[in-house]
Amino acid sequence: MKNLARTTILLIAGLMLAAGAQAATLRFADQGDAISMDPHSLNETLQLNITGNIYEPLVGRGKKLELVPLLATSWKQTAPTVWRFNLRKGVKFHDGSPFTADDVIFSYERAKSDGSDVKTYVGPIKEIRKLDDVTIDIVTTEPFPILPDTINSWYIMSSAWSEKNNATTPVDVRKGKENAATMKADGTGPFMLKTREPGVKTVLVNNPNYWEKVEGNVTEAVFTPIKNDATRVAALITGEIDMMEPVPLQDIEKLKANADLVILQGPELRTIFLGMDQSRDELLFSSVKGRNPFKDKRVRQAFYQAIDIDAIRTRIMRGASTPTNLMVAPGIRGFSSDLNKRYPYDPAAAKKLMVEAGYPDGFEVGMNCPNDRYVNDSLICQAIAAMLAKIDVKVNLMAETKVTYFPKILSRNTSFYLLGWTPSSYDSHNALFALVMSPGANGQGQFNLGSYSNKRIDALGPQIASELDEGKRNAMVAEAFRLHSDDIGHLPLHQQALAWAMRRNVTLVQLADNNNWLKWVVVK
Amino acid sequence: MTEPVTAAAATTARETRLAAAWKSDILYSFRRDPVAVVSMIALLICLGAAFFAPWVAPHNPFDLKTLNLQDALTPPAWEQGGRPGFLLGTDDQGRDVLSAIMFGARISLLVGLASVAFAMILGVTLGLVAGYVGGRLDAVIMRIADVQLSFPAILIALLIDGVARALLPRDAQTGVALAVLILAIGLANWVQYARTVRGSTMVEKTKEYVQAARVIGITPLAIMRRHLLPNVLGPVLVLATLNIATAIITEATLSFLGVGVPPTQPSLGTLIRVGNDFLFSGEWWITIFPGAALVIMVLAINLVGDWLRDALNPRLR
Repeated sequence: MKNLARTTILLIAGLMLAAGAQAATLRFADQGDAISMDPHSLNETLQLNITGNIYEPLVGRGKKLELVPLLATSWKQTAPTVWRFNLRKGVKFHDGSPFTADDVIFSYERAKSDGSDVKTYVGPIKEIRKLDDVTIDIVTTEPFPILPDTINSWYIMSSAWSEKNNATTPVDVRKGKENAATMKADGTGPFMLKTREPGVKTVLVNNPNYWEKVEGNVTEAVFTPIKNDATRVAALITGEIDMMEPVPLQDIEKLKANADLVILQGPELRTIFLGMDQSRDELLFSSVKGRNPFKDKRVRQAFYQAIDIDAIRTRIMRGASTPTNLMVAPGIRGFSSDLNKRYPYDPAAAKKLMVEAGYPDGFEVGMNCPNDRYVNDSLICQAIAAMLAKIDVKVNLMAETKVTYFPKILSRNTSFYLLGWTPSSYDSHNALFALVMSPGANGQGQFNLGSYSNKRIDALGPQIASELDEGKRNAMVAEAFRLHSDDIGHLPLHQQALAWAMRRNVTLVQLADNNNWLKWVVVK
Repeated sequence: MTEPVTAAAATTARETRLAAAWKSDILYSFRRDPVAVVSMIALLICLGAAFFAPWVAPHNPFDLKTLNLQDALTPPAWEQGGRPGFLLGTDDQGRDVLSAIMFGARISLLVGLASVAFAMILGVTLGLVAGYVGGRLDAVIMRIADVQLSFPAILIALLIDGVARALLPRDAQTGVALAVLILAIGLANWVQYARTVRGSTMVEKTKEYVQAARVIGITPLAIMRRHLLPNVLGPVLVLATLNIATAIITEATLSFLGVGVPPTQPSLGTLIRVGNDFLFSGEWWITIFPGAALVIMVLAINLVGDWLRDALNPRLR
C-alpha cells in the first residue's frame, strides 16, 4: 500500500515534470529592441535573430556554425555561375499557404529592391530560374563558389501574404517608414509572431505545423528590451526573465557567484571599429570648413595612435575584448594573425601627425555612437572622446538609442561613427564587400559609411569571390586587408566577448555570431 | 587728530551693531538651536564647495584632457587599491568622484535656486493679482492652480520637459536643456506661492493702510508692489527655502530618469544614475557618494528652512 502510494506520487510528479517539459515559456531580454519585424529592412544581428525564429533562409547554420539545410534540402554547383537548389517539400507558411519556388524568387526580388538593407546578401545573384515548384537555379554574375555560405541571413517571405498585405517591398528603416511587415509576420519558421509592441514586448509562440520536430520545448517566447544594465540584471536575479544578454561586464563576477544563474561566455566574431567620412569635401559635423581632415591619412593615423586600446580593454571591457587591427575576427576565414598588429598607442606621435597635417590646434568633430547596441558602446565612445582631447580634437559626442542612431548613420549623415560587424558568411569576403569596398551597385560597400575607397581593393573583391583555390584566395584577402590597414581606412578597435546569463533551468546554444535560436532552447 | 577718533567711533559703532545683531532674537534662537547651527555649517560647506568648485576641486571632470582611462574605477583612498589623489575614488571614465560631486552640486544648486526664483516670481505675481483684484480673474487663476495641484509636481515637470524636447530641434536641445529644466521645475511649483500670497493679500487688502493708499489715489499696481508685497513676503521666503530642497530633488529625479540636464553637465542626479549601473558589481562609491552629498545638502536646506520658519513665527516665540 505504502509502495503503491509512493509509486503514485512518483508517477504524478513524473507526469507534472513531463507536462512542464512540454510547455515552457522563455522570457528573454536584450539591451535593445528589434527595430522592425521585416526581415529585409535592417541588416542587424538582433533583428535578424528575432525575425530568424519566424522566417527561414534556404541554408542555415548549425550548432557549430556548419551549413545545414533549411528551406533547401540540397544544393550543388551545376556550372561555374549556376547553383541548383532543391527546395523542401510540404512546407507551409504560418497562414497555411504552401512554400514554393515562387516565394524564393519573390524574396530575391524583395531583398534587392529599394528600401532593402540586405542587398549585400543577394548582390552577387544575377537571376533565379524556376525549374519546377521545388527546384531552382541561382545564377550569379561571376563564379561564386561560396554562395551557400553567404545566404543564411536572406530570409524567405511568402509572396501571397506580402501581396495581400501590401508589403511587397521592404520599407527603408532609415527613413522611419512602416508597412504591414513591420508589425506582422508570416514565415515558415519554428515560431510565429503573436503580438508585437515596439520597444515594449514581442511575443512568439511555437509553430505546431513546423516541418521538423524541434529539439527545444519552448512554446511561448516573450522578448522584452531592457535598456538599463542594472534593471536587466535585477530582472534576471529576481526571476522576472529567464535569459538576457549582454551581461554588463562589471556584473559578470557577481552573477557567476549566484547559484541560480549560469553565465555563458565566449569569443564573438563581431569586430567593433570607428569609421570616418573620407568622401565629402567638407565634413557635415566639424569646425573645419572647406576641406575634409579625414582625407588626410596623417589625421586618421593620429586618431588611431591616440586611442589607448589597452585601457579600453582593461577598464571598460574588463578584459573581455581582444584588440584588433583587422576588420575580421580570428575564426573568420581569411583572418591572418601576421596582419593583426596594431599601430602603437603613442599620443605624442599622434599630436605630431596632427601638427604635420596642419591641425596644431586640433579641430571639432561630431561623433555618432549607439548606446544600446554593442557591449559598453557609449562608454567606449566617451573614453575615445577623452583620448582624442589629448591631441586637441574636440569630439561632440551624440550617443543615442539604435532606433535613432541607425537611420542616421545608414543614410551617411555622419562624420565619425562607431559600428560593429560580424561577417554573416564567416568569410572575410563579406567584410571586404560590405565595409571596405567603395560603395557601388548590388550592395557593394553598403556599410562602408565613410565611403573609404581603394581601387586595388575594389579590383580584388570580385576575384576573391570567384577564386576557388584556397591559397590564392587567402593571399588576395591578405593583400586587401594590408592595403586597408596601410591606408587606415577604418580604426579597428576590438572583438567583444559574448556574455549571456540565464537561470539554471534554461539550456541553450550560444553561437559565436551572437545568435540565440529559440528552437534549441530547453526550459526545465 | 580727528581721524583716529572717527575711525575708532566707526569701529565701535560697527561692533555695537554686530553685538546688537548677535543679541537679536533671530540669532539668539539660532545660537540656542544646535541642529540649526550644524545644518547651517553643512549647508555653507556645500555652498562653498559648489560655488568655488573650479578653484578648490582637486580635478576638473569637464576637462577631457586631464582624464586618464587608466585611472578608472579607483576605489576611495582608504580602501585597498585607493589612491590619495582620488579621495572618493573615480568613476568608469576615470573622473574623480569628489570633483564630480562638487561640480554636480553646482548644477543642482543652480537649477534649484533658479527654478525656485522663477516659481516665486510667477507665483507671487499671480497670487498678488488674484488676491487683490478678486472676482473672475481670481477664480480663473485659482482654478488653474487647483487643477495643477492635483498632479504631482514631478509629473508636470516631466510633461513640460518632454513637450519642450519634442518641439526643439535635436541639436539645439543640449544648449537650452538647462533652461528648459529650470522653467519646467519652476512652472511645476508656482502654485504654492500663488496660494500663500493670495491668502495673505486678501487679509492685508482690507487693512487701513491699504485703504488709505487707495483713497489718496495710488494705482493698484503701485499698491500691490509698494504696500502689499513687503507685507506678504515673509511666509513666501520660508516656503522658498524649503522649496529649494524640493526643486533639487525634482531635478535629481529627472536627471536620474535621464531627461534632466545633458550628460555633458552632470548634476548630482546624473551622477547617481551613472553609478547605479555599477551598484551590483561592488563599485559602490560611484553612486553612494553623490547620493550622500544630495541627502546632506537637501537635509541641511530643510533643517535651516525649518528653523527659519519657527524663528519667524511670532506665535512660537
